[in-house]
Amino acid sequence: MLEIAKTLMGGFYENIVIFFWTLALAIPLGLIITLGSMSRFSPLRWLTKTFVWIIRGTPLMLQLFVVLYAPGLLLDFPIRNRMMATLIAFVINYAAYFSEIYRGGIESIPQGQYEAGAVLGLTRAQTFFRVVLLQVVKRITPSMGNEVITLAKDTALARVIGVAEIIMVAERFTKQGLIGPLFSTGLYFLLFNGLLTVILSRIERKMDYFRC
Amino acid sequence: MAILEVNNLGKRFGTVEVLRDISFSMEKGESLAIIGSSGSGKTTLLRCLNYLETPDQGTIRVGGDVIFDAAAPSALKPAEIRKNRLHFGLVFQSFNLFPQYTAFQNVVLAGEILAKERPDYKSRKKAILDEIHENGRALLKSVGLETRMDNYPHQLSGGQQQRVAIARALALNPDILCFDEPTSALDPELTGEVLNVIRSLAARNTTMVIVTHEMQFARQVADDVLFMDKGVVVEYGRAADVIDHPANERTRRFLESYSVKG
Repeated sequence: MLEIAKTLMGGFYENIVIFFWTLALAIPLGLIITLGSMSRFSPLRWLTKTFVWIIRGTPLMLQLFVVLYAPGLLLDFPIRNRMMATLIAFVINYAAYFSEIYRGGIESIPQGQYEAGAVLGLTRAQTFFRVVLLQVVKRITPSMGNEVITLAKDTALARVIGVAEIIMVAERFTKQGLIGPLFSTGLYFLLFNGLLTVILSRIERKMDYFRC
Repeated sequence: MAILEVNNLGKRFGTVEVLRDISFSMEKGESLAIIGSSGSGKTTLLRCLNYLETPDQGTIRVGGDVIFDAAAPSALKPAEIRKNRLHFGLVFQSFNLFPQYTAFQNVVLAGEILAKERPDYKSRKKAILDEIHENGRALLKSVGLETRMDNYPHQLSGGQQQRVAIARALALNPDILCFDEPTSALDPELTGEVLNVIRSLAARNTTMVIVTHEMQFARQVADDVLFMDKGVVVEYGRAADVIDHPANERTRRFLESYSVKG
């Protein structure tokens, strides 16, 4: 029993690795994509929007296969490290989603905030970082929380390109006639997401002191 | 010499001409009320003074210096615009306080940020910041909010928020303080406290341009009144003359719709 739990934990470690790296890289990359999609240079804006459309419009599962196989087939540059392929696909996918959340948040801030900063002699950058940014963070935290919890569960998709994450590990037990381990993987996700929910509500509460 | 001189200002939005040939001037310590119905261009005029809109024609002079000339708009770099717009302060109709900062922080924020550009900032940091904070406290006290300094905007009434906004605009010590319908977003019972603050500023000879719908207030506080209709100046003169004895038929009809008393 304990042995099984330990084996599953080994698998879940892979899920956690995917989770944290994706979060750490997609959050800043999303901001860069947002800059592109809000750019005043229309070709860049058009290009970024097409990119976001493709990434959001196709299954992440398919994107995993494409990242794993396409470089080898098209560029003669195969990706052998499956975890690497997984991270590339996840980071691109989640950065696209995050960028749309950021854009929505930034566009939801009233023009009057920018104007108030401007008439006080602040530069656009000073107004953004000192006035607008925290309001954006407050407004997007609930949607970001949703995405983060979805990400935790999406990490299970890595199995389709052979990353030994928890569900893949658990499925091996079914071949020995044990179905319990597969079902019990749900507990790992539930506990992890429970922890995330607590952290996210702490973050929201930290910004409770103001309304916007 | 006039503190503010606006000459032949014009502005179009696409094919719509919102301002045409606007000229007026003000002496230091005077206040000017701009009145007119919605869509007459008075808010656009105020926004042009504050570089929130770029006029297509005309010039703006402050203390004799040309700070805007439509004939050479590209000559203005962002840094110059930032410096020039500090001649003006602007109080918005919808306050536009920064929600994540307290009343006090709203008042001192820009001063703190701008102080970093001063050459003596590193050597005199504490003294400079102390001065900014002292000034911020004094301003909040002068608008009657010494007990609400640490409140966030959402904890204040509309009238209190607008008084914070006035203190914030005064903090950078502008030559000319502009008000864009400062009481239009307020419940009627809250307009008095804001108008009283503006009255006391007028009593201390603060140079002000006030876009307002409060005719009685304009009559009492402003030295001059400028009546606008459809983007042009219809009547411009001493407040008592324009409001009590309007020369123009359009001014008369406008004032009658407000049924000014006293």
